[in-house]
Amino acid sequence: MTELSLEGLAARAAQEASHPHGVAGEIITPVNSSKNRPMYASRVKVYPKLVHGFFRKMKWIVMAVTLGIYYLTPWLRWHRGPGLPDQAVLLDFAHSRFYFFFIEIWPEEIYYITGLLILAAIGLFLVTSVAGRVWCGYTCPQTVWTDLFIHVERWIEGDRSARIRLDREGWSVRKLFLKVSKHIVWLLIALATGGAWVFYFADAPALADQLWHLDAPVIAWGAIAAFTASTYLLGGIAREQVCIYMCPWPRIQGAMFDEESLLVSYKADRGELRGPHKKGTSWEGRGDCIDCGQCVVACPMGIDIRDGMQLECIQCALCIDACNDIMDRIERPRGLIGYDTLSNPDRRRAGLKQRFRIARPRTLVYAAAMLLVGGIMLYALTHRQTLELNVLPDRNPLFVTLSDGSIRNGYTLKIQNKELTGHNYRVSIVGLDGARLIRAVPDEADPSMVLVGADTLRAVKYFIALPPDKLSQVKDGEAAFSIRVTRLDDGTITETETGFRGPQ
Amino acid sequence: MTQEHKHRDDLSGVDTTGHEWDGIRELNNPLPKWWLYTFYACILVAAVYWVLWPTWPYIHDGVWTHTNGVLSYVQRDTVRQELAAVAAGRQQTLDQITKTPIENVASNSQLMEVALAGGKAAFGDNCAPCHGSNAAGSKGFANLNDDDWLWGGSLKEIQQTITHGIRWEADDETHQNQMPRFLKDGMLPRDQVNDVVEYVLSFSGREDDKAAATRGAAVFAANCVTCHGADGKGNKDLGAPNLTDAIWLYGGDKNTILETVSNGRGGVMPAWNSRLSEGTIKELALYVHSLGGGK
Ligand code: SF4
Ligand code: SF4
Repeated sequence: MTELSLEGLAARAAQEASHPHGVAGEIITPVNSSKNRPMYASRVKVYPKLVHGFFRKMKWIVMAVTLGIYYLTPWLRWHRGPGLPDQAVLLDFAHSRFYFFFIEIWPEEIYYITGLLILAAIGLFLVTSVAGRVWCGYTCPQTVWTDLFIHVERWIEGDRSARIRLDREGWSVRKLFLKVSKHIVWLLIALATGGAWVFYFADAPALADQLWHLDAPVIAWGAIAAFTASTYLLGGIAREQVCIYMCPWPRIQGAMFDEESLLVSYKADRGELRGPHKKGTSWEGRGDCIDCGQCVVACPMGIDIRDGMQLECIQCALCIDACNDIMDRIERPRGLIGYDTLSNPDRRRAGLKQRFRIARPRTLVYAAAMLLVGGIMLYALTHRQTLELNVLPDRNPLFVTLSDGSIRNGYTLKIQNKELTGHNYRVSIVGLDGARLIRAVPDEADPSMVLVGADTLRAVKYFIALPPDKLSQVKDGEAAFSIRVTRLDDGTITETETGFRGPQ
Repeated sequence: MTQEHKHRDDLSGVDTTGHEWDGIRELNNPLPKWWLYTFYACILVAAVYWVLWPTWPYIHDGVWTHTNGVLSYVQRDTVRQELAAVAAGRQQTLDQITKTPIENVASNSQLMEVALAGGKAAFGDNCAPCHGSNAAGSKGFANLNDDDWLWGGSLKEIQQTITHGIRWEADDETHQNQMPRFLKDGMLPRDQVNDVVEYVLSFSGREDDKAAATRGAAVFAANCVTCHGADGKGNKDLGAPNLTDAIWLYGGDKNTILETVSNGRGGVMPAWNSRLSEGTIKELALYVHSLGGGK
């Protein structure tokens, strides 16, 4: 167990032997590699070392873009019309609407969100089958925030060996200062994360003003507190443990890989036999890996990529950068660690050309499924009904006999106008001969006309009376007919079938 | 646990509890520190809670009660205060409804919304036992959904009827007038009663005996027109029903009409001004009027 203790690690880190190649070698233990991680051990801290290279640069860019989207989106404005929110993306629970730029979703249209989630899931399958855990390695919020938090730690406490030394030494004013500063910066980032979250649920400038004057609703403070706490705990404290123990995705994604998925891999066929190498000696009879351990110290998950494909690897590709750097220095070709497929090592060993095939049955099926779902959603969105009518017939009493012998039924009409402007609608009866339409509360000049304001639902009570000589239409106590609503300016029609009740 | 029961798990190096179930042993791991401290913190919070808030029940003078805590906070008081606040808010609207003439309430959509909701609730509490929860009535109890009104169906008239009732002795302004007991009180002989019933049926073309109906016309002219009118269409000032329409309070078949003419009718409705406030009565009138038959 000594290998896993802090002292053990520090001792190893201190062994930075002057390497024959001028490469600072480290013999370190990949603490989270499953062979080193007994079932019942408590966590051993990972001290990832900063690397430079193409993938590190990519990760900086992705981090900037994703965080930028997250923090800035609520502040984008989108003009919709008077009385409607002008926030481009808004989850308006109070008025039960979801706004996304030109799209507006009512609660009963939540299936659009389902469609979006299906699209996202298939997209994830597609990307995973092509290039492995791209989501985990670059864009997952857990990865992005952890990366940011590690960077803050590095900025305040120094790089890997400095951090190990700091954790090993006794408490001093300096250590206290560094640790406290780190946690304060972490908490500030976490606070900003939670703070940005609530802006998606209310008008951002107005809420910002309320927060500033400390009179925001309790729910906003609650959400900020919860998100601050979870960001701090997950990104700062739990880090790689979220991926290894908490997240279901690593368990699922194995089903999306196949022999030809591009995965971050150590090319054992080229690297072995590994071992220290003296400058100027021959490379004959041995592999390119000089066992310098740089891929392990770079790894934020605390594993060794040379152990092969493993659940703990989020495929952040930082070990690629680390190894490429070494390969440059020892003047061997780059890419000992790189994106490779599971079948290529065997092909290379067999003397075949290595093969990269993105268009495979699996990826084509995923792509087709994406196109299909996307097409359905696009169709649904462009053919979205902006006028809807629900009819609720009175149940108690079912019908009323009037003094002239007519039978009268009552109906509540719920007319939904999903347009961003108000419209006049005419209510009419289809398929009930001789029926008379009576408005319960005649609050408009023409009782058959209903004005429904922009983006609202209006309930109007109507009575329909059938004179005695037309009652033969009511068979067995009920006659089926429809109520029609016509938009006056463009003639859009919607009809809802309902029943007219009478004596048996 | 005694020493000889101690058993150490090889894989984890942790002591087990010593028990074994079909080869399965339970590790005796210590409680996680964070968990233990949270547990202690909870105990501490509980102790503070006992001091500050109502906690322990005990019997005092044979009645269950509880400690009040130094803050003497009682949740029921909060409920009471909140209910009082709601009632005060409602009272304001109700006052406004009371002050406003009933027609103006009807044209004020904001007041109307409150009035209809209040009227509906009051109807369920006070009127439903006779008129039914759907206001559809039953024999002898008027259906308030239809367009036939014995004492008038305008807002004012409905309000008047609810306020002072019908044949409610204790109220001076109550609707009076009664259907006489023509046979029972010896006002008409049996054959004339029969004739007049045939005549009444002839208003809706349902007479069985044309000759009797013709004879009944004279009886009707002599006895019934004062209230029901020469055309039989009734008079809402006198509470006399329209005999030509399709709606009958007690029933429109021959036997029931015979019974009505013979023994009279005189249904009673209470004067609600002794039990309900003016505002509530207004709300009731507006609600009943809105059921579809209001004039
Ligand atoms: S794979 Fe590359 S970085 Fe890792 S030990 Fe070998 S040479 Fe060093
Ligand atoms: S093994 Fe390499 S790719 Fe995998 S998590 Fe570690 S650094 Fe990232």
